[in-house]
Amino acid sequence: MNQAADGEIVHFDNVGLRYGTDSEVLSNLSFTLYPGSFYFLTGASGAGKTSLLKLLYLAQRPSRGMIRMFGSDAITLPRERLPLLRRRIGVVFQDFRLVPHLSAFDNVALPLRVAGAREKDLAKPVSDMLDWVGLTERTEARPATLSGGEQQRVAIARAVIARPDILVADEPTGNVDPEMAVKLLRLFEALNGLGTTVVVATHDVHLLKKVPDSLIMRLDKGRLSDPTGALRFPPRRPSRQTGAQA
Amino acid sequence: MSDTSTLADSLRRVLRNFVGSNQSDLIPLTRLSGPMPWVISIMVALTVIASSAGLALRNTAQSAKAELEGGMTVQIVEARSDVRETESKAALAKLRSLEGVVSIRRVPQQEVDDLIEPWLGSGMESGVASAVPVPTLIDARLEGTVTPGRLAAIQQALADVAPSARVDAQSSWIEPVFDAIESLQWLAVALVVLLALALASAVLLAARSALGASRNTIEIVHLLGGTDSQIARIFQRSIGVDAAGGGIVGLLLAVVVILFLGDRFAELGAGLVDNGTLGWSDWLMLGLIPLLAAALAMMTARLTVMHALRKML
Repeated sequence: MNQAADGEIVHFDNVGLRYGTDSEVLSNLSFTLYPGSFYFLTGASGAGKTSLLKLLYLAQRPSRGMIRMFGSDAITLPRERLPLLRRRIGVVFQDFRLVPHLSAFDNVALPLRVAGAREKDLAKPVSDMLDWVGLTERTEARPATLSGGEQQRVAIARAVIARPDILVADEPTGNVDPEMAVKLLRLFEALNGLGTTVVVATHDVHLLKKVPDSLIMRLDKGRLSDPTGALRFPPRRPSRQTGAQA
Repeated sequence: MSDTSTLADSLRRVLRNFVGSNQSDLIPLTRLSGPMPWVISIMVALTVIASSAGLALRNTAQSAKAELEGGMTVQIVEARSDVRETESKAALAKLRSLEGVVSIRRVPQQEVDDLIEPWLGSGMESGVASAVPVPTLIDARLEGTVTPGRLAAIQQALADVAPSARVDAQSSWIEPVFDAIESLQWLAVALVVLLALALASAVLLAARSALGASRNTIEIVHLLGGTDSQIARIFQRSIGVDAAGGGIVGLLLAVVVILFLGDRFAELGAGLVDNGTLGWSDWLMLGLIPLLAAALAMMTARLTVMHALRKML
């Protein structure tokens, strides 16, 4: 762990993003995310939620501004050091992005294998995780044979299996029934309880009420608003045990 | 940690990095492309055949050179037969007395007659043919290589006792053949290099195509924290399996061709060709070609993939 001295996990300073020569899809974003916090990122379609998440999970470099993650300057960081940062980030993609020729088990095991885990150490955590998301019976199923909801649960299991320091989820409950949505939210909360910073992009306003301690970031036409004051006056609660430490 | 174990660890790391044995289950093995093993088998077969031809030519040249290196021929070209006979005997005696001459043989008249029979016909003892002054031939073998200096010294020594003696190195007449063989050897080397380049190009294209087809998976592995090396190892392993399978098939195919050609050349019964057989060390070298092809293919795949990945974030 080499987070900044003040405990920040992510810091954006005057960040802008444009694709090609188009106008900026994100403008002047400045905010800080703290360890152990739970954020909801809301906004209308096209507001730039997915673009902001891409910056957060290091799939995209900003056009301008500065991003610091885990105490490192993510803009100037040498390319070969990015994987180590990415292993500390769990991502639930909006389109799931499961590897099509891998089984549910192998998809969930992928982050652990990437991190160099031994095969004998994989079976239990992966099985437990699949059990938790209710896919015990679908362990060997390929993504193409899974329903949308099942694929989403596999994607969530894959994102959290390595106990990331920050979990970034793009509409994670979009394809599951309300009961499963609440269950997944409880999983995120449990992870958050272990110190993982959670950022959930969602349209579902009902979801916001289900996590009482959550903070809301609102994107409007690429600009960030701060309806709850969470970004201007961030909670300085004591840092909880992080995922890696747990 | 001892030096030995440090060295062993380093070797293991290098080997693991090269063959991609670590985390072999990161993504299941997939073929780069369907015809790749067959392309590799054809390349390996052609390379083995070209190499075997080069090695056989080298063996032929070496053997012929070794045989002719110390050889020297003395011709007594006197037209009068009685004087020729006298000079021949004197030359033989003189050669025996010279230092560095290890063996001398006067070529029997029958052998000489047989040599010129294709041009002058049979029955040298009668008719027109008997009127042709056929030189006396003396085969001599010197210790070491026959050099122009040594030839001149021998010519000088024989001048007093056999003024009509002409001295030639046996290797001189076959020098153009050696030059031609050397050219063919270089041709074989050039063919092997071209085939290696063709193999590398085929692998490069296949790796690029596979990269394009697997782009989504690669992006996912990247975003999950996979390194370029981890991704490159997947491709290395895939092409390694293809190259190993194709290489073995290619080698077997080439061995059949080489044995067949060897059999046909053996039927010629020509001395020089017979000396071009492949030794066990030659076969060992040929056996290494599939391994080298696999190593080349894996290295090409790795470099191609690493180069392409560097363009991604």
